[in-house]
Amino acid sequence: MLNAIWETEGLQTVGIVVLVFASIKLLHLLGLISFSEDSVEDELELSAVRHRPEGLEQLEAQTRFSRKELQILYRGFKNECPSGVVNEDTFKDIYSQFFPQGDASTYAHFLFNAFDTDHNGSVSFEDFVMGLSILLRGTVQEKLNWAFNLYDINKDGYITKEEMLDIMKAIYDMMGKCTYPVLKEETPRQHVEVFFQKMDKNKDGVVTIDEFIDCCQNDENIMRSMHLFENVL
Amino acid sequence: MATGVAAWLPFARAAAIGWMPVANCPMPIAPRDNSKKQDELIILNVSGRRFQTWRTTLDRYPDTLLGSSEKDFFYNEETKEYFFDRDPDAFRSILNFYRTGKLHYPRHECISAYDEELTFFGIIPEIIGDCCYEEYKDRKRENLERLQDDQEENMDLKMPNMNFRETMWRAFENPHTSTMALVFYYVTGFFIAVSVITNVVETVPCGATANQKDMPCGERYTVAFFCMDTACVMIFTVEYLLRLFAAPSRYRFMRSVMSIIDVVAILPYYIGLVMTNNEDVSGAFVTLRVFRVFRIFKFSRHSQGLRILGYTLKSCASELGFLLFSLTMAIIIFATVMFYAEKGSSSSKFTSIPASFWYTIVTMTTLGYGDMVPKTIAGKIFGSICSLSGVLVIALPVPVIVSNFSRIYHQNQRADKRRAQKKARLTRIRIAKSGSANAFLQSKRNGLLNELLELTGTEEDEQKLTQKSISLLESQHHHLLHCLEKTTAHEFVDEQIYEQNCLETALQTYPSRSPSVSSHDSSTRTCCSRKRKRNVPLPNTSLPTTHSTHQGPLQELSAIHIQCGDPLSHTASRSNLNLKTDESSRINCKSGRITTAIISLPTPPALTPDGDGLHRPPQRRPPQPPSHPPPLSIQTTTSSAGANIVKVSAL
Repeated sequence: MLNAIWETEGLQTVGIVVLVFASIKLLHLLGLISFSEDSVEDELELSAVRHRPEGLEQLEAQTRFSRKELQILYRGFKNECPSGVVNEDTFKDIYSQFFPQGDASTYAHFLFNAFDTDHNGSVSFEDFVMGLSILLRGTVQEKLNWAFNLYDINKDGYITKEEMLDIMKAIYDMMGKCTYPVLKEETPRQHVEVFFQKMDKNKDGVVTIDEFIDCCQNDENIMRSMHLFENVL
Repeated sequence: MATGVAAWLPFARAAAIGWMPVANCPMPIAPRDNSKKQDELIILNVSGRRFQTWRTTLDRYPDTLLGSSEKDFFYNEETKEYFFDRDPDAFRSILNFYRTGKLHYPRHECISAYDEELTFFGIIPEIIGDCCYEEYKDRKRENLERLQDDQEENMDLKMPNMNFRETMWRAFENPHTSTMALVFYYVTGFFIAVSVITNVVETVPCGATANQKDMPCGERYTVAFFCMDTACVMIFTVEYLLRLFAAPSRYRFMRSVMSIIDVVAILPYYIGLVMTNNEDVSGAFVTLRVFRVFRIFKFSRHSQGLRILGYTLKSCASELGFLLFSLTMAIIIFATVMFYAEKGSSSSKFTSIPASFWYTIVTMTTLGYGDMVPKTIAGKIFGSICSLSGVLVIALPVPVIVSNFSRIYHQNQRADKRRAQKKARLTRIRIAKSGSANAFLQSKRNGLLNELLELTGTEEDEQKLTQKSISLLESQHHHLLHCLEKTTAHEFVDEQIYEQNCLETALQTYPSRSPSVSSHDSSTRTCCSRKRKRNVPLPNTSLPTTHSTHQGPLQELSAIHIQCGDPLSHTASRSNLNLKTDESSRINCKSGRITTAIISLPTPPALTPDGDGLHRPPQRRPPQPPSHPPPLSIQTTTSSAGANIVKVSAL
């Protein structure tokens, strides 16, 4: 007898509690009540980042491009990125379009870090143009320096085998699956071994900048290929 | 490779230096860029509006007109720019495509005009960006539907030679095409109504006889109802068989919804005939009679609104499905809750969850019969939540269905309106166009008349006739047509005259009246009326045979002077033009206007040249607003000399 009453009463209580909670949730959903104070911030959206580069004269002075070349470069740059800066995702996007068969995102990530010299997460036009200036108009020394910087992921002045392996894997990723001969798992590793054999003179397991530059300057192939892209622009 | 990022290619190539130290083998030689010219500005002059862009921008898409050497065809040496005689507004979006790599569809632009521009510039419409693609596709679909509608209409109209079967099918599908079809349409409609009413009245209690209780009318007047039913079913059967016979594709017809409805409507009767003896299955037989109600669906052939409703429901199938699904979910949830809430209360009607379904449905649809009501507080709370949510759940998908219905309905209305306007539109267009067709024929008359008038020496006429100066283009065109005539040894005739020729060969006609009536001296009004009657059907065919005889044409060349009184009000109905009334004669006579009409007689070889041609009753006269130039077969030139004289020359 009592049980029956309690059953009913219990269910009624449960019902009322559920009802109360549901109505509170509904009001919250409708925006009439707000629980936390920081919900207001959601309304403020981060305005788009915009960046204007330094003047043409300054860039001319800092890089080895002529005015006309800078103009052409900037027009292309601004066309793709109207906001004036490239963030990593856009960069990856653009770079991946040149390598449709493979996955260029890892390498693009390393490239991005190499270009983003001030490490603020975005490549502005100055960074872009400085990088290009080195790559296209720089001395061999500068180019090799740049390459070393690219390989040295943590920027500590040494290229370890792991860093090189990462870079190598990224490069091989760009090839994709359909290659001839078929890409095997240990191909990047073997390539790294070859590289280290060539570069690591004192066999201490890391390659320093001097070892790197020395070795490259003694290698004919590398020297020749450094001049390959000189007439790109 | 996406050409939009072509600007970044130098960067990608430069970044390749990063691979060099790692590479073991020598690199291939880079291609030399021999065309070292500076990036130059190109001027594109589109109908006077100048657009300028870099050459490299255009070179991004080499398979389009602007990106390839095809644009050299449009290069203007003197102004050193590329000139396109196209719409500058549409060109904006095309040029923006080169600049940004995305093609947008401007909403205010007409879809066919835009398509044409795209085709001209060699851009495929599929690359329209996602932002505009949906809109583009929608408009394109609407346009296509409209074109299909028009095509269907055209197909309906032309088909002069159909065999019996096709005629019948057409009569079935469009009852307005012939009287028989209309009669048939109404008869079947009537019988459907009769059948439905019979079914309904059959069950009404008819009044008790002395010893028995109330019987439904069906059982009381069995014979009468049976006869009625038989009659209706016979008509339906005949109709079905006729349709089956006339259908172009019998298999497809049998699968169509309407035919299935037809079959289902008449089948119970036949099954009933077969099964009357067997008492066991009479229960099933009674159930079958329910299917007789399907006869009411046969009305959908008679009502467009019903068809649209059916089509809407079909096209909203997914929304209906969603509605059903969400309702089912809600019903189950609430039924369960109500059952458990009411479990405790004594004498509760909520005996099981399925029993609670009934309560939930009735509450959610806000019917509220009241045969099941919750008694506990929890039950009442949940019951109220149930009814509130019911309103919401039902109200949500309904607007989608409604908007679908509205769209289809309006589309249909627009199609009907278009069809109604089409006739008038086409006629107006035809009148405007036939000016050019008849210009050729008229110029021929002009040429001939000039010769003849030289003979007769009436200067005045000559002046009037040569007033109309023909442009070089026209004269070249006429020469071309003339050459064709000479090549094929046939001549161009007016459409009306052609049809009348056809008609004539079918029916040998009127008593011929001698053309002497048409001689130039008759100038009475009745003459005018007759002449008008004659003038209109008289085609602008030439008379190759009569050229040889001088007298013939001369005699037939009669300049008829017609006195026109006060211009009649334009209220004379067009259909009366066929009658020999004086009023009809005045329709084209306006005070203060001289019209020189050139008309020539037809010469169907089978008929005497003069007689019958004159009295062919005009089968069709194009609607002529009186202020417009006179009917097709009469070319007129107005001149201001004189007053109230209509000069009609019949050749």
